[in-house]
Amino acid sequence: MTQALVQIREFLSKKTVGIAGAGGLGSNCAVALARTGVGRLIIADFDALEPSNLNRQYYFRQQLGIPKVLALKENIRRIDPFIQVDAFTVKLNPDTITQLYKDCDVLIEAFDKAEMKQMLIETALSHWPDRPLIAASGLAGWGKTEDITIKRFGNFVLAGDDISETHEWNPPLGPRVSILAGMQANLALEFLLNGFQFKKS
Amino acid sequence: MKITLNHREETFDAETLTVAEIIRLKKFTFRMLVTKLNGQVIKVDERDKVYVKDGDNLEVIHLISGG
Repeated sequence: MTQALVQIREFLSKKTVGIAGAGGLGSNCAVALARTGVGRLIIADFDALEPSNLNRQYYFRQQLGIPKVLALKENIRRIDPFIQVDAFTVKLNPDTITQLYKDCDVLIEAFDKAEMKQMLIETALSHWPDRPLIAASGLAGWGKTEDITIKRFGNFVLAGDDISETHEWNPPLGPRVSILAGMQANLALEFLLNGFQFKKS
Repeated sequence: MKITLNHREETFDAETLTVAEIIRLKKFTFRMLVTKLNGQVIKVDERDKVYVKDGDNLEVIHLISGG
């Protein structure tokens, strides 16, 4: 590994990211952050893996029926066994959110349903007004890559095209969901690597 | 009163309005919204109790399903 990567990983190894939801956004974002070397991930989701999830979520066919967070923990272990993954099979509500995610440096909203997104954002912004929060909204369908933007409200950042809602005839597809998950991970790095500098010898 | 609504200046024919009233007046039709007044989150059940006054900065952020 190059010195640059070693130094980035060393810095990130002391960081914790919370991810609320382990579907298309959460699973892809978690893997991106694990590959970059974030030391600890706290992930919660109550769903088990279904066949329809495999079009965009970072899982494998053999894992069908398994709780997503356990499957994700295993997938990350196979990429890097030194990343700590705290996996919780729970339905998130304001109480469980404030308990599980109290120690995070950055929190990522990775739910599917708009009402869950709203609940998490309200809870997080009222409990931790200064902690970076990264959410996504508007990612269904394909193409329209240039429509994807981010909006900043202080340390709360919202990524997406703001309009492409999922419904029966506008499903979420792998590429666009992965772009958003990657943007969320990249925004998280922006906060996590704040103050980081390479030591060049 | 004159306020900043989603980074734009808006004028209303009233001394003060609740967050909920502004949402209705401005016809924000998305079902799921997060509102912030002067940087502080205003929860759904507080929107009809919290008043916006001249010079305030209100942000209304809509959320749609998918993930």
